[in-house]
Amino acid sequence: MRHPLDECLRLEAFPTIWCPGCGNGIVLGAIARALKRANVDLDKVVLVTGIGCAGRMATYLYTDNAHVLHGRAIPFATGVKLAKPELEVIVVGGDGDILAIGGNHLIHAARRNMDLIVIMVNNQIYGMTGGQVAPTSPLGVYTTTTPYGNITERPFNAVKLVAAAGANYVARWTVAHPMQLTLSIEACLKKKGFRFIEVVSICPTIYGRLNRLGGPPNMIKVLKKVSIVKKVPPEEAEISAERIVCGVFVDKDEEGYIDKLRKYKERALRT
Amino acid sequence: MSRRVEFVHGDYACAMAAIDAGCRFFAGYPITPSTEIAEYMARELPKVGGVFIQFEDELGSIMAVIGASWAGLKAMTATSGPGICLMAEAIGFAAMTETPCVIVDVQRAGPATGAATRPWQGDLQQVKWLSSGDYEIIALYPWSVQETYSLTIDAFNLAEIYRVPVFLLLDAVIGHMREKLVIPPKSQIKIVNRKKPKGSPSEDSRKTFKPYAPDPETLVPPMACFGEGWRTRCETSAHDERGLPADNRPDVHGALVKRLCDKIRKNRDKIVKWDSAFSESDLDYLVVSVGFMARICKAAISNLREEGLKIGLFRPITVWPFPDKELREISNRVSKKIFVIEMNYGQVYREVTHICRNVELIPWLSYEPPTPHDIESLIGERI
Repeated sequence: MRHPLDECLRLEAFPTIWCPGCGNGIVLGAIARALKRANVDLDKVVLVTGIGCAGRMATYLYTDNAHVLHGRAIPFATGVKLAKPELEVIVVGGDGDILAIGGNHLIHAARRNMDLIVIMVNNQIYGMTGGQVAPTSPLGVYTTTTPYGNITERPFNAVKLVAAAGANYVARWTVAHPMQLTLSIEACLKKKGFRFIEVVSICPTIYGRLNRLGGPPNMIKVLKKVSIVKKVPPEEAEISAERIVCGVFVDKDEEGYIDKLRKYKERALRT
Repeated sequence: MSRRVEFVHGDYACAMAAIDAGCRFFAGYPITPSTEIAEYMARELPKVGGVFIQFEDELGSIMAVIGASWAGLKAMTATSGPGICLMAEAIGFAAMTETPCVIVDVQRAGPATGAATRPWQGDLQQVKWLSSGDYEIIALYPWSVQETYSLTIDAFNLAEIYRVPVFLLLDAVIGHMREKLVIPPKSQIKIVNRKKPKGSPSEDSRKTFKPYAPDPETLVPPMACFGEGWRTRCETSAHDERGLPADNRPDVHGALVKRLCDKIRKNRDKIVKWDSAFSESDLDYLVVSVGFMARICKAAISNLREEGLKIGLFRPITVWPFPDKELREISNRVSKKIFVIEMNYGQVYREVTHICRNVELIPWLSYEPPTPHDIESLIGERI
């Protein structure tokens, strides 16, 4: 028996390490489907991930891939893209990886409009290390490092941040929007410059347990209840425990880094 | 093309050699006294089809270098001790993923911010013990602008042969000192490129392809790069020969760590470089010194020999692997004492005490370099 996505998956690495009910599988499926829909040559795709649960995704997609240091997927991917611009370089990471330890690289890659697709799986907690507060943890939630409820660590709004830094494409979905997510990734595969998708995910084993959220089906139900798809500018793309605004907030075609670099090289040769 | 004569400082000699060695990617962050290397690369790389990028920090720079290497380019960065600190984790990553890359450390006086433009031989041990776990690296230490050129070529070749990060340790004195550089004709520069997997990638050959299966002779795996169709894996976690995570397989992990070390240790005879002067016959005294300090010592030793002292010089050129066998062989002919003279508080000394007896450290703890006469006095006081 073969699954239609088998050709995209490194089957010898299965089963995944992810817990039952984890949102990462939905994201992996969306990436694989988007690659097939966009008819991308898998020999020309590199998936780069950092450390964390989402970081394991590079093991499972059957392309060239790299599982690199915590927070450093974006600069590694930048090196790959600059060295071989014909490759489609995709970065996947968790909110801790991309927004905390790797936050500086995120804003600078967006500032450069570097030709990368970055998919940030936001489960609002450090899952792999057992449930510590993340830069995306909503106010009021319980984590192992905010055992009395989080009132001190205000969460980041990644959409606003990356849009302000100058990305070509900025979207937010949840794992309760698998089709929209797939289409969004497909749209990114047809664009240049810096493309960023935040995927609000669920972590039933850690986040769900610490906050008594009732298991995977209920957490998906809650995601569906609190999320609303809206066509608004990025500054109105609110995210909190009560409300998650989803949609595509930036979609422009400013010249990406690679095209500019090509012109820059011509300048160098003229002088 | 015939040979070319230049009058440049060591930083430029290094950058020129890098391009001649085939380096086509540079990522870096400005830091004195290494910045001239980045500036030269920014000017020259675009003209030869290469890429220069200034990063937001050293953590990003070294990761981009590693990424570019996996995409098939020869890649380097240049920094100084504080930047090396920030690259520590990534050097372990490069060792673990067996990524050919060159890291130039133009050393400045430390610890911490220290003194930006001042020389200090303070990073010898740092580059060896930088990251967590067990692994080996190679570090080369030139003593002149000319040797900076030739050792930079060697650094790229060694990185490609052994799939390992290679450090070039420059003294600030060499980095910023202008002297004559003779660039040999291209035909006389030996360039080595990484070995590729045998055959070509196909649906079937990919299934059996193991990106970390070593050549049994050298212990180095041939390198498949991104975009070549092998669907290869660059894996930071402990991995098996397929490149799949093996964090629950202690035997696989142990064998990997052993090989990462052994591919350098077992090939050390092919890697180690050293130099000696006045050491052909039996000696009463031997000086061990590296980089520009060895050069000052050589002048001092020459003077002392004219006064009748039986004294010689031993200079490690690869500080890692350290030329221990070679030093032991010479030290057996030394009847009285071995002096280690260095601009730090005993980093080469630490190695020499593991190899020889009757060793005395003569540290030069000032960033104003000594004159040969200073060295003669320091030796004179001790004999």
